Amino acid sequence: MRPLHPVSPGLRTVLGISFFVLFVAFWAWITLGGHVNRIFLADPLSMLRDGWRLLVEDRFWLDILITIWRVFGGFVLASVVAVPIGIAMGAWKPVEAFLEPFVSFARYLPASAFIPLLILWAGIGELEKLLVIFVGSVFQIILIVAVKVGSTRRDLVEAASTLGSTNNGIVKRVIMPANAPEIAETLRLVLGWAWTYVIVAELIGSSSGIGYMIINSQSRLATGQIIFGIIVIGLIGLLSDFAFKAFNRWLFPWSLA
Amino acid sequence: MSKLLIEGVSRTFAGVRGGQPVKALMPVDLAVAANDFITILGPSGCGKSTLLRIVAGLEAPSEGRALLDGKAVTRPGPDRGMVFQSYTLFPWLTVAENVAFGLRERGMAQKERDGLVASYVDLVGLKGFENHWPKQLSGGMQQRTAIARALANDPEILLLDEPFGALDNQTRGLMQELLLGIWERRKKTVLFVTHDIEEAIFMASRVIVMTARPGSIKSDVAIDLPHPRHYTLKTSPEFSGLKARLTEDIRVEAMRTAQGQPAGT
Repeated sequence: MRPLHPVSPGLRTVLGISFFVLFVAFWAWITLGGHVNRIFLADPLSMLRDGWRLLVEDRFWLDILITIWRVFGGFVLASVVAVPIGIAMGAWKPVEAFLEPFVSFARYLPASAFIPLLILWAGIGELEKLLVIFVGSVFQIILIVAVKVGSTRRDLVEAASTLGSTNNGIVKRVIMPANAPEIAETLRLVLGWAWTYVIVAELIGSSSGIGYMIINSQSRLATGQIIFGIIVIGLIGLLSDFAFKAFNRWLFPWSLA
Repeated sequence: MSKLLIEGVSRTFAGVRGGQPVKALMPVDLAVAANDFITILGPSGCGKSTLLRIVAGLEAPSEGRALLDGKAVTRPGPDRGMVFQSYTLFPWLTVAENVAFGLRERGMAQKERDGLVASYVDLVGLKGFENHWPKQLSGGMQQRTAIARALANDPEILLLDEPFGALDNQTRGLMQELLLGIWERRKKTVLFVTHDIEEAIFMASRVIVMTARPGSIKSDVAIDLPHPRHYTLKTSPEFSGLKARLTEDIRVEAMRTAQGQPAGT
């Protein structure tokens, strides 16, 4: 195969789908063929059956909705706080010198390790779930946004200053619009991570949500339900990612290649 | 009184990692009359861009000062419009919005802006492209927009830093005629930096030739060719004579630059 040679769109689709087919086929073979104990891994068919029962009888869609709400709530909270701080750090170097060391340190604090503390502070209600996502996302967003803003094209800033822009004008009408698409891309990335934090938050001290269903199923050895829950998370993640991408494209038509 | 006065302006860059400081520009004196078109010609690295950036206020001189209308330059401002070699249109703004940028920063009302923007877009021949994004334009069209953007502010002086340096030869020739045509009709004080000898002669009423680094003024040549100038001027005997003279001047400097570099580069 020639390195870096592009693949045709048709072949790309076929190849992409065929891995899913292979994956499910392998799964079906080891489970339906009796190569692994059914207690540890459900087969694809019973997974679908369990999933359907969850949705119809156990009102699992309510759990899905509550998880989505937590992810977006925590994520929006983190974005609203982090994006302005990140822009300020990138634009004004003293602010960066003041905050960067702490934020770099805080970024390595694992959000999951804060859960016991957050439960003590905020109980096991919705606020605690939002805070887990907030803690997990906020420092990441701050740092990435600060780096992007800090690397704003200098020639654009210079051009603006020769056109009469004030310091504030440069921040508002050059630095912010110039980095808006990259900031949106960053948020899209971090939203993906937020899905991980929400499930961790729901595994501990929760009575609703996809993560709660998963931990609940474990005690009943309902591996079909667990796998169904995981797949639902993956699908929602994929859908929100697509939606986010489309939204960014619509918002920033000028940045398309 | 001169429009622009450069008094003993020099620039020394601090040494890297405790090394020797680098002298980029020897003290330069230059007086520019109003409505003159000055080209600054020099080999690469001679500090000609540094000199222009000091006039723009984007860099501070190590010694000396630049005065525009008798006022010392301390920071960039809309009275000194600048066109850069790199494409510096704001990619999130359309052609018309780019041209309007300086007027908006000044707080001009939309209604007042629109008429001015239309006339400058027309001036650089971009009618019909008002709503295009910069990425949809060729390099030449982007630089035309950049010229319109700088002119829309009606600056006291227009500074151009090798604005056509990244363009192909044909486009470059057309751009030279376009800019010269605008200058012939509207009159404006222009400082134009280039390393292209033909370009320097064709555009200028006066060519300032600079020496190799550290740069200083080597010669100051008045170009008394008639206006309006047409591209055929480039093949006239007078033009060839000037070109021969400046080529010789520049060649000596270019060789000094080349010899200053390690062998094999």
